[in-house]
Amino acid sequence: MARFSPGDGVTVRWSFPPGHIRTPYYIRGKSGEVAQVLDSFANPEELAFGRDGLPKQPLYRVRFAQNRVWPQYSGMVGDTIDVELYEHWLEREGAQ
Amino acid sequence: MTDAGRMHHDMGGREAGPINQKPHSHPDWEKRVDALMMLLSNNKRRLIKVDELRRGIEELGAEKYSKMTYYERWTASITHNLLEKGIITSDELGRKMAEIEQAARSERGAG
Amino acid sequence: MIRNESSVLDHYQAMELAVSALLIEKGYFTEEDMVAEINAMEKRTPEIGAAVVARAWVDAEFKERLIEDGTAACESIGLDMGPTRLMVVESTNEVHNVIVCTLCSCFPRMLMGIPPDWYKSENYRSRVVREPRAVLKEFGTVLPDGISVRVHDNTADMRYLVLPRRPDGTEGMSQEELAKLVTRNSMIGVAIVEAP
Repeated sequence: MARFSPGDGVTVRWSFPPGHIRTPYYIRGKSGEVAQVLDSFANPEELAFGRDGLPKQPLYRVRFAQNRVWPQYSGMVGDTIDVELYEHWLEREGAQ
Repeated sequence: MTDAGRMHHDMGGREAGPINQKPHSHPDWEKRVDALMMLLSNNKRRLIKVDELRRGIEELGAEKYSKMTYYERWTASITHNLLEKGIITSDELGRKMAEIEQAARSERGAG
Repeated sequence: MIRNESSVLDHYQAMELAVSALLIEKGYFTEEDMVAEINAMEKRTPEIGAAVVARAWVDAEFKERLIEDGTAACESIGLDMGPTRLMVVESTNEVHNVIVCTLCSCFPRMLMGIPPDWYKSENYRSRVVREPRAVLKEFGTVLPDGISVRVHDNTADMRYLVLPRRPDGTEGMSQEELAKLVTRNSMIGVAIVEAP
């Protein structure tokens, strides 16, 4: 069961563990909006070390306003970036 | 924010120069490496998962990562994963590599 | 390229040959399997993706299915998608899409083959997320005012294909003629499709 729905504000956890991490560095700590709930997938952080990665993690397409990701963003106000993020990397925006 | 927690392969947003758009035609050995990974990861075999391949590449470290070509990184990681899983051993790999290099030398000598 | 001075073969080239030879000896696969795999990859070219794009331009019902479930829509027209979960993102008069994998080189290989070197390069991966418009300009692409840029960082399980905007003035063209206009760069999103 996915914890978040399209339109929900979410913040990417500010966390820097070693290992095989699929959450890009530049997006950690940033807030955006769930654009789409994708399927659930085995956790790559576990798969990378030969384990099964279960239970599966819901995966989201999260949309970020570029001017909230980069302090000196030079493009236009409406520019966005979508990043695929697993549920365990997300918190409800404002909940921290 | 410091870059202390950033791993070298995780490069989104870093300062970087112009993009070299020059096309590259893959020599046969690169196609073999690509095919090798597809064979090892497909549903028929499931010997190495894509995330294991990626982890092996990330663990090369920053210096090797930037010096090696794309398929050299794949080769190193595939090999390391096979060693870790005990599918091949260092001893047999070393002997086989020597045999292959010897054969290549003889071929060149003869040619 | 790392070379072993005492050898006529590159170190990693010898390693690949040795690893493959051992796996064949051990019965994991055959040399014929490898040849078949190489041949299959060589058949995967951007023309496959271009045919999908052209079909979506002329067939509204197909386009809807493609955006809803890219994998199922491609399989319904007989394409082998392997394990790929395809996400098709449509560029319009309001939004222009561009794809990247900042962490490695994820790419819709079943529809476009092996990604071009620049897509895998440190410079593209570093820059396109932060300054997509500057990167597009380097590829000769300047968007009209009012079009937003949406970058897709291909970090996880979906593989992205850009459905480029159909160029104006192509109303009379057939699906086959349209497919010839669609380039790999336009399906990555660093280019737009131009009318002939």
